[in-house]
Amino acid sequence: MKVIDWLLRDAPLATRREITPKLGFVLTILLALIWLIPFLWMGVATLRPASDGINLMAELMPSVKPTLDNIRDAWEIGDFPRYTLNTTIICTGILLVQFVTITLAGFAFARLSFAGKTLIFYLFLMQLMLVPVLLIVPNLSLVAQLGLYDTLTGVMMPFFASAFGTFLMRQAFEAIPTELEDAALIDGAGLFQCIRHIYVPLSMPSFSAFAIISVTSHWNDFLWPLMVINSPDKRPLTVGLSVFTATAEGTQAWGTIAAGTLMVIAPLLVTFLIFQKRFISSFVTSGIK
Amino acid sequence: MSLAEPAALPVATSAAPRLHFLKRFSAGFKASLPAYLLLLPSLVFLALFTYGAMGRVLVDALYQRTTPKAPVRFVGLDNVSAVLADPAFTGAVVNNLIYAVGTAIPSIGLALLFALALSRTNAVTSALRAALFLPVLIPMVAASALFLFIFLPNVGLLDYYIGGLLPVLPNWLGDPDIALSAIMMITIWKNAGYYMLFFLAGLQAVPKDVMEAAHLDGAGPFQRLRYIILPELKPTFLFVIVIATLNAVTQVDHVFVMTKGGPSNSTNLVLFYIYQQAVEHYDIGKASAATLLTLAALMGLTALSFRTMANREGGP
Repeated sequence: MKVIDWLLRDAPLATRREITPKLGFVLTILLALIWLIPFLWMGVATLRPASDGINLMAELMPSVKPTLDNIRDAWEIGDFPRYTLNTTIICTGILLVQFVTITLAGFAFARLSFAGKTLIFYLFLMQLMLVPVLLIVPNLSLVAQLGLYDTLTGVMMPFFASAFGTFLMRQAFEAIPTELEDAALIDGAGLFQCIRHIYVPLSMPSFSAFAIISVTSHWNDFLWPLMVINSPDKRPLTVGLSVFTATAEGTQAWGTIAAGTLMVIAPLLVTFLIFQKRFISSFVTSGIK
Repeated sequence: MSLAEPAALPVATSAAPRLHFLKRFSAGFKASLPAYLLLLPSLVFLALFTYGAMGRVLVDALYQRTTPKAPVRFVGLDNVSAVLADPAFTGAVVNNLIYAVGTAIPSIGLALLFALALSRTNAVTSALRAALFLPVLIPMVAASALFLFIFLPNVGLLDYYIGGLLPVLPNWLGDPDIALSAIMMITIWKNAGYYMLFFLAGLQAVPKDVMEAAHLDGAGPFQRLRYIILPELKPTFLFVIVIATLNAVTQVDHVFVMTKGGPSNSTNLVLFYIYQQAVEHYDIGKASAATLLTLAALMGLTALSFRTMANREGGP
């Protein structure tokens, strides 16, 4: 296995033998290639002209005469610009409110002592255990009672408070030396000025980790917006894609489905490829979610 | 008169401490006020959408309401027994158990393999990690759209490439015996890269000197895996199992897009059943009873895993 030796050439002998035998490494390479096949097919099928016919649809070798027709069709059939706008509004709206709520609550838990702290802490902890997606039925009736059925605000509201974000910010704020705050207080700064000028700027890595997790999960949310949204022009990307897929499946327009899927996932994939390391470390952090 | 005196005594003696308590409480409240104000925005939303929702599920489960506007009727535990007697629900529970075990074991096993193979960082391993992590990022709906074609009978990707190896071409999503396994394949594909991250993080805690000492003593890779790495990864395993279980109950988007629970309920999962009761049958009572049962099962499981973890930390 010359190739494997070459791939591992930078590793000193001890670590090279450290964990997996070569067989495991070869197997992982093969599986990683298999893992990419759906994406590969999506790219190839998007560019495949309809004239290739249904029998060549599964072919992973790109067509000799690629076309952009599928992208154009998907763009026209599904209202993807509108869906993208809705998803962007939802993700941004949730994130902005979350930034306020988790900063304030995180600061309270990190720096203030108050009566009932442990009890309130457990109340937050409960949100982590009660998976929000399971509470869709009572939350849908609440959203309806609040007059927010079929609104983007209704989609956003259950996520405005985040226990995970609060704990993340609490950890970040606890790591900031109190001397900085004391100095600011002596200079006559108030509580909010301290938060705004000391704690927030020094916790940017935590904010960006939280932003990655929050935007990724709400970008991908399906069941909840499906239940809240009724009007076609308020659909987010996921709901739009599911309707689009159901329509295109009936006409066997697989190239168009591939193009539509590509449009939905392209923004996330591009962002991931640019900020790969940050994404991966944020997701490891999210383990406590 | 003789009665009044002893009655007056306790009042007189208790008034002072009660006042003192009130004073202390109000002083404590005053000192705590800034914290409460900071917590207020979060608490409002948690109260509405978490604790309130929890309470509403409890109440709604006791009432019958079959259309959004129908009058409400108290039925006690009838909804709970109706759900438990509904073969669609028990079927969904069984499916969900099979789905949970059948996705957790392969995806956790694969995740461990990936993490062991890719634990060192260089250009190649980070490219492979990225490839395995990509499915985690995309919406389940998008993954389902791609797999719809992968599973398409005769012309789809699976049949096109490996159909020749099989005795008969399976109807992946149309055959009640196979459809759940097909759905499970998507979940494994989507989650293995996620769990890999936690094993990668866990592997960094394996002490290097112990590994080297074992290597010098002539321990082979499997011995090192068995006696050093796996024991070291125990907390990671426990954690990933909890996440995988939660995922098995909360991920149903692929059921919506691909099978709608069919054919003949073979891919119906608990959350999809809840959705059907609430949105398709407008039976809020039954949907709430099913939600309640699911929440109870999950919370029991979480409590159990926390206790196991606590016991482990307290133990030797």
